[in-house]
Amino acid sequence: MKAAAETLEVSLTVNGEAVKRSVPARLNLADFLRIELELTGTHVGCEHGVCGACTLRVDGEIVRGCLMFAAQADGCTVDTIEGLSDSREIEELQSAFVLTNALQCGFCTPGVLMAAQALLRDEPNPSRERIREYLSGNYCRCTGYQAIVDAIEAVAKARAARSVR
Amino acid sequence: MSEFDEAAKTLLFDAPNSYVGRSVTRPNARRLTQGRGQYVDDIVLPRMVHVAYVRSPHAHAKIVKIESKKAAAMPGVVRIATGAEIALVCKPYVGVLTHLQGMRSPPQYPLAIEVARWQGEPVVAVVAQSRAEAEDAVDAVEVRYEELPAALDAERALDPSETKIHKEFDSNLCFQRTVDTGGVDAAMKSAHLVVEDTIVFGRHTGVTMEPRAILADYNRAEESMTVYHCGQSPHMMQGIIASRLSLDEHRVRIVARDVGGSFGIKIHTYGDEIAACALSLMLGRPVKFAADRLESFLSDIHARDHRVKAKLAVDRDGNMLALEIDDLTGIGPYSMFPRSSGVECNQVLNLTGGPYKHKEYRARGTVVFQNKNMMCQYRAVGHPIAVAVAEHMVDQAAAKLGIDPAEMRKRNLIADDAYPCKSASGMRFEALSHHQCMDKLLALMKYDGLRREQSDLRKKGVYRGIGLSSFIEVTNPSPMFYGVGGARIAAQDGCTIKLDANGAIVAATGVTEQGQGTETIMAQIAATALGVEMSCVKVLTGDTDKVPYGGGTWASRAAGIGGEAVLQAGLALKANILQAGAVILKTSASDLDIVDGRVVKKGTEQGITLAELARICYYRGNELPVDFQPELVVTRHYRVKDYAFVFSNGAQGCSLEVDIETGFVKLLKMWCVDDCGRVINPKLVDEQARGGIVQGIGGALYEQCLYDDRGQLLNATMADYLVPMAAEMPDIECAHVETPTKTSMLGAKGAGEAGTGGAPAAIMNAVNDALRPLEAKVTSQPITPEIVLRALGKA
Repeated sequence: MKAAAETLEVSLTVNGEAVKRSVPARLNLADFLRIELELTGTHVGCEHGVCGACTLRVDGEIVRGCLMFAAQADGCTVDTIEGLSDSREIEELQSAFVLTNALQCGFCTPGVLMAAQALLRDEPNPSRERIREYLSGNYCRCTGYQAIVDAIEAVAKARAARSVR
Repeated sequence: MSEFDEAAKTLLFDAPNSYVGRSVTRPNARRLTQGRGQYVDDIVLPRMVHVAYVRSPHAHAKIVKIESKKAAAMPGVVRIATGAEIALVCKPYVGVLTHLQGMRSPPQYPLAIEVARWQGEPVVAVVAQSRAEAEDAVDAVEVRYEELPAALDAERALDPSETKIHKEFDSNLCFQRTVDTGGVDAAMKSAHLVVEDTIVFGRHTGVTMEPRAILADYNRAEESMTVYHCGQSPHMMQGIIASRLSLDEHRVRIVARDVGGSFGIKIHTYGDEIAACALSLMLGRPVKFAADRLESFLSDIHARDHRVKAKLAVDRDGNMLALEIDDLTGIGPYSMFPRSSGVECNQVLNLTGGPYKHKEYRARGTVVFQNKNMMCQYRAVGHPIAVAVAEHMVDQAAAKLGIDPAEMRKRNLIADDAYPCKSASGMRFEALSHHQCMDKLLALMKYDGLRREQSDLRKKGVYRGIGLSSFIEVTNPSPMFYGVGGARIAAQDGCTIKLDANGAIVAATGVTEQGQGTETIMAQIAATALGVEMSCVKVLTGDTDKVPYGGGTWASRAAGIGGEAVLQAGLALKANILQAGAVILKTSASDLDIVDGRVVKKGTEQGITLAELARICYYRGNELPVDFQPELVVTRHYRVKDYAFVFSNGAQGCSLEVDIETGFVKLLKMWCVDDCGRVINPKLVDEQARGGIVQGIGGALYEQCLYDDRGQLLNATMADYLVPMAAEMPDIECAHVETPTKTSMLGAKGAGEAGTGGAPAAIMNAVNDALRPLEAKVTSQPITPEIVLRALGKA
């Protein structure tokens, strides 16, 4: 029970704001964001790092919030769906998701958008097969995935068309 | 027969500004893309505490002793309660429907008392300041069990030597039913060919991305209970919670905000949720229960788990003469309250062979208790079994006779001009379009080209398979579904609609949103009925204090039933608005119309805005005649009266490739043609079909709850339980045939479950089509690589 009670001091940047907290050693990053910082856009689906609903960005790379302790984020820069929405970084993807109805219940959607943004940053012109493969770590039980692939493909194509012009 | 004026429908739905039939985007979707949804676990209330449960580690065990002193002293622990303590404030419930004659199930309590009957059944509740502290204390509760023999195998459930799960019953039988047209034996005897098979469907579950969650807030001063619930049927839950906890129903409020997927999972009475409400009552403060994924697998209802023996008799030309099925299903230790666990089997009996012309039908269904997690209604209840069985048998007969499966269906599907008519099982059909759907499907698939490609590839050792399915879907249920059996589940639904003081429209509906687009289509219907822009319409759902009494969203009823209530309410409000307009404009209402949000004299632009009309009616009553009182809020309700169910229908196709070395099945493409009557939003219907098909694919190829011989669930994590992932899923092409139902003015039938109902059949037929040259056949789902290799004699 000692481990459960042990707390650690952490300082990190979340969505551009400096945050300082004392956290239980066992608290994972997703729960820290949800419970401590009230950033409830990060969802917890499986707590096994499988479903992708808690996908976050830590120091620019996407991670599973349920597989990382809050204490491990000490000194890190963390971006959540709230931050990417407020900065409008993923506005184009969000609009495409609305247009193609690439979400139904919306529970997986923040994580899927995080993953999609990372994919398009690293691979601006992915094929449908590549999009599907990349999303293998993000489960969706509502859509059947096709509309999600359509939305991401549409954004990639629109960006490619703009860069040609 | 129709009480609705055809000309009025044409005027309304075909008008240039009609939103009905348009793929508008969902106004509530953008919020969800920004992470601004509000799911139950996101809600935090003052003084809120969390409950976690000690769950039975055994499938069947006597609870000898519960020792919780150590746990009670742990940090943050507020209260520990046993099943017996919860029972002091909570009445038990019995999940039987009286119209399923002979069905029985013993009283069930939220937590196990004396005996635990499945692994995962909640036994002790631990309430603490945080979920983590509650879980710590759960580990410190000591429960001494005496393990009992477990009755697991449905096949053995009725064997006199099998363990009896309930001492008050003489056997493990829950329900049995037969349907018999009387001439099956004679038809089988004289038939040219009789094919026979046993088809097995594994247990799977819904795996909603958001696990079940409830937050109950009992207020002692008001004797009121507010429950934030992720569910599909708020009024049903209101009645259940009030009656179980002996509260006044009107003081119980259910709020269902965003729901992270439901698919039928979140529409039942779960002991852990009811106990959370009971604990809130006991403690006088908010209590939250949010299931973790392990708890979801152990306690969310499971579905399917059927073994069906089937026999089909055909004549020389492939005409179906008689069909016989024997369905056996195990449902766990209790029938689920309040919908009962007999409905899936009942649906299998009602629906199997439903698209076809055969006259003779005999079916027996047997529902048995077992020491596994409980089974109940999950998306497309019974349909995947009924459709896969019939379609498999049709294909088997076609193959034996050398008839192409598409041709076999054309010979046997009920003709499109034969309606109204009845199926051999006694289902009444208003108007279906099997042939139109099949023709459209074959064209969409380019069926002949696919067949040519298949035969070319076979010469190269590539085993492609093409599968078809024709199906019916139960939608828009009448009170004959649940109400008739004594369940307090509304088949009717209501809409209260108002013109607010600024000229906007607010529509409150009893049906609920779980992402299907309920709120969107209700806004489309309301805007169309009233003649306003959709952006002027706000839709309220999911709050028993704010919406008229209704059933919620299940059995593909929201669009057809909830939508009709919105339409009728919208038209009634329009009439009232025109009446007020006539008074203000000093003309007659029949000379007025609402166009683009303005009340105008027909054919002119002369008139006033709705905002101006509302301003006068609400604030400047002094300008109105003393004998006129405007009524700018109206409520209308609707129920299906002429039929027990309004059936929809459709056809699906599948193209896949089987790797005969590894047994892996690769889906190449799927097609779906659905006739859900009038299509309100084509995009949303397509997405229901696609999402539904992928859940059907899950059951057909991947998903299974695996139990060992002591009743332990072996794969209760998302890493071990396979669900469809993006990479394995094919693109799915959708098309529509529209045969509006005449049971409503709107003409909409449901579309939520057709995908799930039809896909497993098309997939199994495609796998068997691929394997046919190798004289191999699969007859059980999920069709795993092991099943394929076994069929090929390689495993």
